[in-house]
Amino acid sequence: MKFNVNTISQDALPWIIEYDSSKCMLCGKCCAVCSFQAIKVDVQKRKKIQAISNENGFSIDSDQKAIPVIKQVIDEKHFCRGCGMCTKVCPNGAIKARRNKTEIFGTRYRAKTAQSVKRGGRNNLHCEKRTLDKIKVGRISQMTDPSLDALRHTFDIRTNLGRILSPDKLNFSVCENELKINGNMPVNTSIYPVIISDMSIGALSPRMWEAIAIAVAYLNEVKGIPIRMCTGEGGIPDRLLKSRYLKYMILQIASGHFGWNRIVNALEYMKEDPAGILIKIGQGAKPGDGGLLMAQKNVRLIQEIRGVPHADLLSPPNHQGLYSIEESVQKMFLSMNCAFKFRVPVAIKVAASSTSVSVYNNLLRDPYNIVGGFFIDGMEGATGAAHEISLNHTGHPIVSKLRDCYLSAVKQGRQGQIPIFAGGGIGMNGNLAADTFKMLCLGANGVIIGKLILQIAGCVGNDYGKCNACNTGCCPVGITTQNPKLTQRLDIDTVAQNIANYIIASDIELKKLLAPVGNSSLPIGRSDALISVDKNVADRLNIQYAC
Amino acid sequence: MCRIGAIKSQHYIHLSATLKLMRSQQKGYDNSGFAIVAQDLGGIFEKYKNFPILSLAGNNKAVEITEKYTQSLGFSKVFQYKMEVNNNEKLNIEPLENYIFIAYEYPKNYENSTKEQKENLLLDTRLKLRELLSENDDGYVYSFYENVISLKEIGSPVDIGKYFNLFGDKVDIKAKILTVQCRQNTNYDIVRYAAHPFFLSGYTTLTNGENTFYEKNKLALKPLYKGYIGFESDSQCFLYTLHYAHKILKWPIEYYKHILTPLSWDEMQAREDKEVLTRIRMSMANFEINGPNATIGVLPDGTMINVMDSKKLRPVVVAKDKDIAIITSEITGVNELLPNRDINKDIYTNERETIVIDNNLNIKRIKQ
Ligand code: SF4
Ligand code: SF4
Ligand code: SF4
Repeated sequence: MKFNVNTISQDALPWIIEYDSSKCMLCGKCCAVCSFQAIKVDVQKRKKIQAISNENGFSIDSDQKAIPVIKQVIDEKHFCRGCGMCTKVCPNGAIKARRNKTEIFGTRYRAKTAQSVKRGGRNNLHCEKRTLDKIKVGRISQMTDPSLDALRHTFDIRTNLGRILSPDKLNFSVCENELKINGNMPVNTSIYPVIISDMSIGALSPRMWEAIAIAVAYLNEVKGIPIRMCTGEGGIPDRLLKSRYLKYMILQIASGHFGWNRIVNALEYMKEDPAGILIKIGQGAKPGDGGLLMAQKNVRLIQEIRGVPHADLLSPPNHQGLYSIEESVQKMFLSMNCAFKFRVPVAIKVAASSTSVSVYNNLLRDPYNIVGGFFIDGMEGATGAAHEISLNHTGHPIVSKLRDCYLSAVKQGRQGQIPIFAGGGIGMNGNLAADTFKMLCLGANGVIIGKLILQIAGCVGNDYGKCNACNTGCCPVGITTQNPKLTQRLDIDTVAQNIANYIIASDIELKKLLAPVGNSSLPIGRSDALISVDKNVADRLNIQYAC
Repeated sequence: MCRIGAIKSQHYIHLSATLKLMRSQQKGYDNSGFAIVAQDLGGIFEKYKNFPILSLAGNNKAVEITEKYTQSLGFSKVFQYKMEVNNNEKLNIEPLENYIFIAYEYPKNYENSTKEQKENLLLDTRLKLRELLSENDDGYVYSFYENVISLKEIGSPVDIGKYFNLFGDKVDIKAKILTVQCRQNTNYDIVRYAAHPFFLSGYTTLTNGENTFYEKNKLALKPLYKGYIGFESDSQCFLYTLHYAHKILKWPIEYYKHILTPLSWDEMQAREDKEVLTRIRMSMANFEINGPNATIGVLPDGTMINVMDSKKLRPVVVAKDKDIAIITSEITGVNELLPNRDINKDIYTNERETIVIDNNLNIKRIKQ
């Protein structure tokens, strides 16, 4: 028998379909639901041999027939992602995907295609307990400083976005025993310490993006939780630019400058200022890489919003013309500040790196006071599309980086002057409040979240290789796809409600952490409230070790 | 827990008034210490109002080091008073060898100096002395300023009073402003420097409570001014913040409250001065306190103030008759000293006001 041993075989795929034809009633639902076309209807030849009893004893009857079955597709494009949709729709429990523990697929894929492996999600190296989980809130107020009552006391859960002047630089004068403002000072806004991070329309389906926007508006206008969302690269629809909801959005400008024609043209029609501008330099999941939107997701609507043709959209790794921090401050920050007449805080987002502290220090020393926020993104951050090599092998964990930046500011007496928002795996264990509280104590003014929001919306991906197909345009739950059939799977109202509910629940939980340490406002930099059960973590972060 | 008290009088009163004020509040403290700062001095110090007085406690070596160092700077001694102590009884106290108040004449080259320059010299001298005396734990300098003395010790307040002969009028030290605190045992360690009242260049504070934002306060305050040192007690932050806001930033005293316990963002938005308040809150986020605290302060001009934490988690009462005003933790103390006052006029400072008592004992309640 001759066969080609060099084609890919089922046991090289990351997920293997287990199918039981005896339970299958051939309804076809699994094939219909699989957005990756990883299974198909096939026909198998079966030979049935039967012993039939008769007056002579018995006779042998053999019968050949073709029966329809569900079969896994075995190639480099339509491999199963383990999303579990087939299992979900199967009425008889006849099909499921099993994770293949061998890691050969990447090798085969590269060997066959001469392409780098791309995917979305987080890095899949999530094998150790997270640093944040090794930290506990260990200083409990009792007796002399009573704990507060999380239900009855009022809490002032606000942080700020915008450049903070040191008290002696405030432009005040005393007039009849009152302080008066003398002149201009950098713009400053008070917001909730959680920002929904920059996921673009394009990376997300318009329905998903809209659900986030609805949740954000609801939380602000009905629940009094002033949470902000960042638009991500690529702009937003005109209608929204000219609506009053713009005030909850932080507009992002990234190296591709996508969508900014539209934004600039809308400037004179804006009813409200946006909540901020975020200059994206880098991202934790794939530091050193620009944005990546595969052509399959760059559909008509996206082309219109971004002002681009139908093609893969690759933002360059750098902003053209920015060769130094000083230059970036002078050119980019100044032009953004000018565009919005210094009424909107302009912040910068960088990927956490060994060099983050120097970047932060340089920004802190900027004499123009125009840098309104420092967003650092650690390597546990997620992405819509990246080369797997960047995802798994580049980046820097966020916790120690945040701490280093904060303590470096303390050394200069400048803590808090450029608010730090830290992200990258925040809420990864499902508990946003605990992560936020700990990051605040370590010196963050707030946190940024992304993947958590997708998970609330129904993302089935995980850090053990499940799904992570956000780059393909085939997201099985309608989150990261532009395919109208798939986006229909996502129910906007339910998703918006779930996001809002989750934030409301986290707000309650945040109070449950503030109360026992006796604080009604945010304990930013209050690292004495934390202990670590890991000596290395304690030493590295300069907090108490406990065992 | 500690109990605090402050007496502001139109005439000179004896140091023993502080013991009288605190004795009945005894249930509230743990007999671990006693500290007084007396300002606007009478009695034996009345003649030396314009001379800076050094308050020193320590062994003989400490006295020697102090003399040598002050001399080297050109200070000349004009008067010295050593507390006479009572060694007869068995008392709960951990005494040092000497408790001395030394009034100096400024060095000759400071004759034409400004008040600022002189203050600076006094502070530098005190800080250097503190350093010299700490090397071998020889002694403590609590204050070095015109018209002020400080006395602090570890032990039971009544025993400390007996030890220093403060009951009766054997010791002729009087003052118009007396601040006192019972307890030495801070949450951190028993250290003499940790005992409030704390004094810095004319400013005094004492605080009953727990500063939960101590770490943030400390990190923010430390680099701002050379005099912001020690931090043996989380209550020192209250003094330094007061000094920073009032003396360095030169903000009116009302803003002290806005710094310590800012209004919530929502409350601020409803105010006419929201811009100013928002700026203060943001720029001074690290100066905020967020635990249970009652603070009493004295400003260089003799004005006495009182503010509470934003939830009013500590007791305080303000009372006066025509000659004396008192701010203290518990009413029992006031009853001892002012039994005949009109109790209807007593004030229980609320969480959103600043009490200001001027030199004519007029009390202003300033709403935050
Ligand atoms: S698990 Fe998902 S990708 Fe795999 S076959 Fe089922 S539906 Fe398709
Ligand atoms: S959904 Fe289940 S029953 Fe229907 S075809 Fe697929 S495996 Fe068979
Ligand atoms: S479900 Fe969608 S968003 Fe989640 S990992 Fe899969 S493709 Fe990405």
